[in-house]
Amino acid sequence: MAGTSTYQPKSGFAKWFEARLPIVGLVHSSFVVYPTPRNLNYWWTFGAILSVMLGVQIITGVVLAMHYTPHATLAMGSVEHIMRDVNYGWLLRYLHANGASMFFVAVYVHILRGMYYGSYKEPREVLWILGVIIFLLMMATAFMGYVLPWGQMSFWGATVITNLFSAIPLVGESITTWLWGGFAIDNPTLNRFFSLHYLLPFMIAGVVILHIWALHVSGQNNPTGIDIKSKDDTVPFTPHATIKDSFGIICFFIFFAWFVFFLPNYLGHPDNYIPADPLKTPAHIVPEWYFLPFYAILRAIPSKLGGVIAMFSSIAILIFIPWLDTSRVRSATYRPLYRQFFWIFVATGIGLGYLGSQPPEGIYVIAGRILTFYYFAHFLLVMPLIGILERPKSVPSSITEAVLAKTRSGHGAAESKA
Amino acid sequence: MSLAGLAGIAALALVLAVPASAQEAEPAAEAEHHEGATAHYPIHKPEPQSWTFAGFFGKFDTAQLQRGFQVYREVCASCHGLKLVAFRHLGQEGGPHFGEEEVRALAAEYQVTDGPDDAGDMFERPARPSDYLPSPFANDQAAAAANGGAAPPDLSLMGKARGVSRGVLWALLDFFTQYQEGGPDYIHALLTGYDQQPAAGVTVPEGTHYNPYFIAGPALAMPKPLSDGQVTYADGAPGTVDQYSRDVSAFLMWAAEPHLTERKRIGFQVFLFLCIFAGLLYVTKKKVWSGVSH
Repeated sequence: MAGTSTYQPKSGFAKWFEARLPIVGLVHSSFVVYPTPRNLNYWWTFGAILSVMLGVQIITGVVLAMHYTPHATLAMGSVEHIMRDVNYGWLLRYLHANGASMFFVAVYVHILRGMYYGSYKEPREVLWILGVIIFLLMMATAFMGYVLPWGQMSFWGATVITNLFSAIPLVGESITTWLWGGFAIDNPTLNRFFSLHYLLPFMIAGVVILHIWALHVSGQNNPTGIDIKSKDDTVPFTPHATIKDSFGIICFFIFFAWFVFFLPNYLGHPDNYIPADPLKTPAHIVPEWYFLPFYAILRAIPSKLGGVIAMFSSIAILIFIPWLDTSRVRSATYRPLYRQFFWIFVATGIGLGYLGSQPPEGIYVIAGRILTFYYFAHFLLVMPLIGILERPKSVPSSITEAVLAKTRSGHGAAESKA
Repeated sequence: MSLAGLAGIAALALVLAVPASAQEAEPAAEAEHHEGATAHYPIHKPEPQSWTFAGFFGKFDTAQLQRGFQVYREVCASCHGLKLVAFRHLGQEGGPHFGEEEVRALAAEYQVTDGPDDAGDMFERPARPSDYLPSPFANDQAAAAANGGAAPPDLSLMGKARGVSRGVLWALLDFFTQYQEGGPDYIHALLTGYDQQPAAGVTVPEGTHYNPYFIAGPALAMPKPLSDGQVTYADGAPGTVDQYSRDVSAFLMWAAEPHLTERKRIGFQVFLFLCIFAGLLYVTKKKVWSGVSH
């Protein structure tokens, strides 16, 4: 994935094999000698964390599927069978359910890191768009996974989300019926959601490969946003990035384990331990926490179709960031004004998340509309205007220069170059 | 202080503080609750209780689970099922841990339907440890018909299926204190929450019983189920409504989460391992990067 391989097969078999399928060379050039900027901080370990989380979800998910029954009358019983009688079934299920949440924690950090350091800017537009596609696939996968236990929130969450499609003029009702596989959410819906929930992670894995491929073509961005100019600016992926990523992954696992073993139901909703009942609507239907900002945007618009359009636009707009940002400078480190608006945007996202968890009435509605307006304004007004109005700080000429300046001013430590 | 910092704090304060104060005002507004608005129940939030299974080193108290099972069996079981619990589960270590013979004898006191036999007929036989606890009613319709239209819910998952939101600030704190006992706190509050006078303006529909801790309204169909001295404990624990409620709440938490003790024990080991591993990786990382300023 990164130019010509420097891999030299040693044994006779390795030479024979490499001549026929140069996969060892590919791995060697992509994950061993691959030049990685020397100044990456820990926010850059989230890419590796996400790859590992995808693996965790697929492995636990495949084993869970061996014990799960996708049927409206049996699903919850089979989940409880996993929790009670399958050896370490409780561990598998809590890893998988909390793993989904951890996946979103990591992806939000990863996306915001990209937004802060301008990782979407030329020449990484395709890399960024592939990331948005992964994010969309993740949302679809997580949504369908949450439906599988067939609890009250599963059922009513699915009802709310699938009903969104009925807002589409003319064909909306037909599309909804088609999605349901009937005239209401029932067993056919659960069956197809299970099928798709098993399929989509492998599509995610496919797009992740494209994402990494694109990354290794354009090279990694870094906290300065400056392109790699010489060999001095980089260190080999192994051992430098490998060990740093491993440390990041294990630290993330500590956070993950805190939930799995001690707070396994903290991020879930108690109502999802009540079996689905089509005749009893819960007092508040709320999605999983990672959908709350988008749920708040959906409910902020007084018309159903308008809300649906706003919600899908709030994600689709990410695709256009590379062209909405007009600044010549990538990294917010050298963009004093953008940096402040970035944090306002983060606060807006958290605020929308909070509002999404509250009933849509009174002050919540007004606050939801203000924050929804600001969410879009950040992309459509703030990003283009700041790029023009802002006067960026002077950017160092190279990564090495930036690093050395930091080391000297920081703690004056003795410097030895790589 | 930068512009972003100030604006960020202001934005957070707006979304957190305003609704928080709105929430505090809710109980007062409860009496004039009108149709159309979303109901804000329960009227009173449950008081957090002290549980042996809470926290990092939490584990179930076997004696308490056995007492709780006794309360379930002698009181709750006349209306509520526990269909996800099998007799064999009651012998589980880290759970009620009844002896093997005790479980066998206990199961034999129940009749279950089996079959069809060689003649094609269903038949009744004494239960075995592998059988699940029989529910008191044949189906939800029968349960509803016998209970004034409201079927008493199965209690298998009740320890996890109820939780009263404590608001954003508490939720953040709960992450650090590992609070996961909203279910048993709620059950305890509900069972000890009868016999109170409704506040002025609260109407109690006919055939329901006022309980300010009920999650879905001012009153519920279930009458006060427990009274002092109703169950006689063999181990000398006090025969009070509070004690019964505490024991049966703990038992229902076990029924909902039978591997909790094992989970926390393994969790501690995993946590220790990961911390040591992270420490070793950090030292290695320092060494690898020692020649590179970054």
